Amino acid sequence: MIAQLLDAVFAVFFGVGACFFYFIGSHFVLERFFADSKGANGEVISRESLRNLLRPWIFLLPAVFMLFIYLVYPVFETLRLSFHDFTGERFVGFRNYHWAVQDPELLQAIGNNAMWLVVVPTLSVFFGLLVAVLADRVWWGGFAKSMIFMPMAISFVGASVIWKFVYDFRGADSEQIGSLNALVMFFGGEPEAWITIPFWNNFFLMIILIWIQTGFAMVILSAALRGVPEETLEAARIDGANEIQVFLKIMVPQIMGTILVVWTTITIIVLKIFDIVLAMTNGQWGTEVLANMMFDWMFRGGGDSGRGSTIALFIMIAVVPVMIWNIRRFRSEEES
Amino acid sequence: MMSHRIPLLNLSVGRLLVHLSLLMLVTVWVLPSMGLLISSFRDKDQLAITGWWTAFTTTSQNAFGRTGVAGEEVLQDGKYVLTGSFFEAGSKTIQSYNTNFRKLDAYRSGEPMTMKDGSLFTLHADGSYVWKSEKPFKHKRGKRIFYVAKVPPTFSLDNYLEVLSAEGIGQSFVNTFVVTIPATIIPITIAAFAAYAFAWMRFPGRQFLFVVVVGLLVVPLQMSLIPLLRMYNDIGAFFGVSGKSYPGIWLAHTGFGLPLAIYLLRNYMGTLPKEIIESARIDGANHFQIFTRLVVPLSVPALASFTILQFLWVWNDLLVALVFLGKSDDQIVLTSKMRELLGSRGDNWEILTSSAFISIVVPLIVFFALQRYFVRGLVAGSVKGG
Repeated sequence: MIAQLLDAVFAVFFGVGACFFYFIGSHFVLERFFADSKGANGEVISRESLRNLLRPWIFLLPAVFMLFIYLVYPVFETLRLSFHDFTGERFVGFRNYHWAVQDPELLQAIGNNAMWLVVVPTLSVFFGLLVAVLADRVWWGGFAKSMIFMPMAISFVGASVIWKFVYDFRGADSEQIGSLNALVMFFGGEPEAWITIPFWNNFFLMIILIWIQTGFAMVILSAALRGVPEETLEAARIDGANEIQVFLKIMVPQIMGTILVVWTTITIIVLKIFDIVLAMTNGQWGTEVLANMMFDWMFRGGGDSGRGSTIALFIMIAVVPVMIWNIRRFRSEEES
Repeated sequence: MMSHRIPLLNLSVGRLLVHLSLLMLVTVWVLPSMGLLISSFRDKDQLAITGWWTAFTTTSQNAFGRTGVAGEEVLQDGKYVLTGSFFEAGSKTIQSYNTNFRKLDAYRSGEPMTMKDGSLFTLHADGSYVWKSEKPFKHKRGKRIFYVAKVPPTFSLDNYLEVLSAEGIGQSFVNTFVVTIPATIIPITIAAFAAYAFAWMRFPGRQFLFVVVVGLLVVPLQMSLIPLLRMYNDIGAFFGVSGKSYPGIWLAHTGFGLPLAIYLLRNYMGTLPKEIIESARIDGANHFQIFTRLVVPLSVPALASFTILQFLWVWNDLLVALVFLGKSDDQIVLTSKMRELLGSRGDNWEILTSSAFISIVVPLIVFFALQRYFVRGLVAGSVKGG
């Protein structure tokens, strides 16, 4: 264990050291080889402008290189691979796409992803907004927010363990150790193996992500609500509006932009949802989703890069509208 | 309207409703984690048969003990007496017992039971028994006595000790740190330089490159996995080593974390006052000096925010680890290990709960200690999404 820890520390120093070495080294090289020099008549020839021409690219080079290798190039390579067979060597035209639109498992995954897309962002934003509003009205609101926010720090796998324990199922004649079945039996119901009930099990998996994302929605929306001017709210109250009207007619429209941002952010997380499905059911009992299926095809039968890439593209296509919206929003913010 | 006539009553009912609904939400949110945490400290046998909400109450347990065998008895007042104890005194309290497990409530503790051969057997509440017979005992195998006992709640670190050593969670914990620390520091260093260039340097293509970064914010990880896996395997094959390595996963996390890092830091650095940077330039400082001596110290809040986001993201990641790291003991990270345990030890809740808690304790500490920075980072970066 000690040896392994030492290896780890060494690895950390090596990895981080290489990174610092580049920036300090390149700075040194720049100063050295493009230093100011003395001209023939003893006057100083400044190379500052030349250095300034090069310096941005020294600053940017590692980032641009990494972005290109890890994000830009793969997008085009994935696109290329989707037209090739499982080895990635032989061109097969649209065969993978032809397979994709007919494969019942993939169609089910698309259907499930669509359900996740509707349910999870909506309920996360709903509960997040509810907690944000309620917590501002009680003295222990800070504590309440921390508790709701806490699942954000927990990994999807950790959350899956937590909830698998909640959904645990024992036969009707033995004592239940899962909270949900114990609750059901307390009210006189029959215990169920929740994550194996087709169709409805999808919702039991969605609950896990809602449990995590509500905290995120709450934090962002809470910050936005604080930005709503108090005078506007007071004016409405004086005009006789009750708290619910104030909330629905003044607060919500004022923070609509933020709600939209939160909603799309969670949408993107949902599109990529993988860990929860893998850990809870691995796509069995009708819970398959695109990202899990893509991972499966990456390794199934030695790996099928063609089909895997095709499934990845389905996720990418769903993300493109958000990407365009982000860029537009960024552009308009820059101009103003 | 009611509210106009008795506003005070209405107000307090409304306020009570606010308190109650928030309390309910918080309870629903906290209970699942609470169940996990409490269960991880429970005795594994109790955990397997009773709900975690009974952990603080005394529970009833059905079990059996075996008596001593012939030859262990002593002669006392002309009778053969066999004595012993079924368990350590104090760990349980016997309620009732019998030789027949179908009628466990036949004899109360301390009440003598007449055996078939006429001998008298007495089981006391503390687990000790006395078996008196007129004739010498003959049985070679200890007789089974079934009993119902009250078990007081017991909590221990046994489950933790077991998973840390026997299940290899301790090793995975170290591996996770080996992945996380460079995968947090490398991207933030690279991104800080790039962000400074975007915010304060003039060069052709600046606007275009930054729009590309904004676009890359939402590109799903899934688009990169297959090409990178192929590339890593090719590079590995070229050098005759495995494609799965720590440097490989550090760089992968760096690549995936960069867009958000550059975006956050550039936005923050762009808000620093222009005068400071310009006056430093007039004083003859070059960009490298301005960056290291002025901008980095001023950007600490943004750097901290991103560090926390990236740390949590890498620590909690499963997908990248599954693709770019092996599953051998010296590489497997906590999330990956948890996933394997869910498959292989799916019913051993003492193992699952304690390993899950070990895997989430570090993020929770970071989270509670630095919540303010974490929130700030989330608010600033809410365009990305995971």
